[in-house]
Amino acid sequence: MEEEMKLTDLTRLGKFVVTSEVGPPKGINLDKMLHEAEYIRGRVAAINVTDNQSSVMRMGGLAACKVLKDKGFEPVFQITCRDRNRLALQSDLLSAAMFGIENLLLLTGDHIVLGDHKDAKPVFDLDSVSLAHCVKRLEEGFDLAGNKLDGEAPKFCKGAVVSPCAEPLDPQLFKMEKKIKAGVEFFQTQAVYEPEKFEKFMKRVKEFGVPVYVGIVVLKTVGMAKFMNENVAGIHVPDSLIEELKKDKEKTKSGQTGIEISARLIKDMKGMCQGVHMMPLGWDDKVAKILELAGV
Amino acid sequence: MLITKVKTKEELLPALTGRVLVIPCLGCSQSYFPLEEFNRLKDELKASGANLASEVTFDYMCREDFTERRLEIYREQIEAADTVLVFSCGVGIQTFAGLLPGKKIVSGSDTFYVPGFPGFTPSEHDCEQCGECRMGLTFGICPVTACSKGLLNGQCGGAKDGKCEVDKNMACGWQRIFERMSALKGSDKGLKEGVQVRDYKKSNI
Repeated sequence: MEEEMKLTDLTRLGKFVVTSEVGPPKGINLDKMLHEAEYIRGRVAAINVTDNQSSVMRMGGLAACKVLKDKGFEPVFQITCRDRNRLALQSDLLSAAMFGIENLLLLTGDHIVLGDHKDAKPVFDLDSVSLAHCVKRLEEGFDLAGNKLDGEAPKFCKGAVVSPCAEPLDPQLFKMEKKIKAGVEFFQTQAVYEPEKFEKFMKRVKEFGVPVYVGIVVLKTVGMAKFMNENVAGIHVPDSLIEELKKDKEKTKSGQTGIEISARLIKDMKGMCQGVHMMPLGWDDKVAKILELAGV
Repeated sequence: MLITKVKTKEELLPALTGRVLVIPCLGCSQSYFPLEEFNRLKDELKASGANLASEVTFDYMCREDFTERRLEIYREQIEAADTVLVFSCGVGIQTFAGLLPGKKIVSGSDTFYVPGFPGFTPSEHDCEQCGECRMGLTFGICPVTACSKGLLNGQCGGAKDGKCEVDKNMACGWQRIFERMSALKGSDKGLKEGVQVRDYKKSNI
């Protein structure tokens, strides 16, 4: 059954992988998040659960992933290094494995100052590379300090992130290669709005031989596009798309422009990579339509 | 260089019970003492009813032998005080309090971190004294201090136009390292190989 496979297994089988993402609540009730997930049941191979995204405190991804799994979804457990030291990270990894959660997205994490607990202590005991290495060691039956694990070793499908439109790109590629050497098996990218840049990127990473799932963030408003251009690293919304959003105010307001742009981007880029990762930012109800229009 | 700032009257008033002996630590060439603010604060405290009964001046409070000597010289003032309000960097206060375990001591200052080798050399460069210098790998740029997250394995995804996601005016430390590496052909081997992890036993975190 497609929904129970590791993402890399799907790629190996030649399938175009589609994933999406949900965020846990700042609270104890998962109804809203589960409602969002229902919109895409059966349409995606897996659903990422964000980890205190943008350094805003939320319910833990481990709990949310477990509930998603119980409801028949395949979760991708996102783990950042911002809030937990190497003990806590390994602890959560073992917990995830115990729950049968196999897909991981290993991130360094946004800095504390970007979020809503600006006084908190930033941890960053490990980073995405050393975390990937740590996961690999656990899979080999050892913790990071070299102690043998009791019993069976966990087995994961290890993912990480890269920003294909970062400028300059070389430092990102350098880090990507380190991640792969440390054991990363797939990449979900930061949102891409420029297929030409993505094509160049894919040419450069072809030799690495790991699947890349291109990131798509639906453009809701002109304001959102401009905000991302100003403030979000690795994202660039070209003027042409901003103009398109401006052209028909009603169409943009209804979400139709955003849907069309996303579908077109996926269409243009699907032949260049091994999958797409949707980041709906609350517009989960529109994901299925986008995928349909894009023919994936 | 050490920077101290005097605390606010609101924060200090509740602690200043009885007769207060004020002791500023002046005269350390490494420490900036905010004299104007100190004088202004004393006026505010007095106006709000604090009994600033006496004042003596120390310098190099962090020098235990100097401080011990001064405690002998000022024994009377100290015995007469219910509270001793000390304006000094954190090292001075700990030294002073260590010699007077039976006395109520209140810190009048906050000590702030300033880059440059702590207490000695003001500089835009910083040393966290991690105990495992890896600048041989990173071309003389310290990844622990030049990177806001102290990352050891390369740039995070937060750099925008070569600037750090924490401070738009701060260059991405790993971008700087990368630029130096690129200028030296064939020098990326050290950084490409291996996974770097901190040994916090070597530092004083």
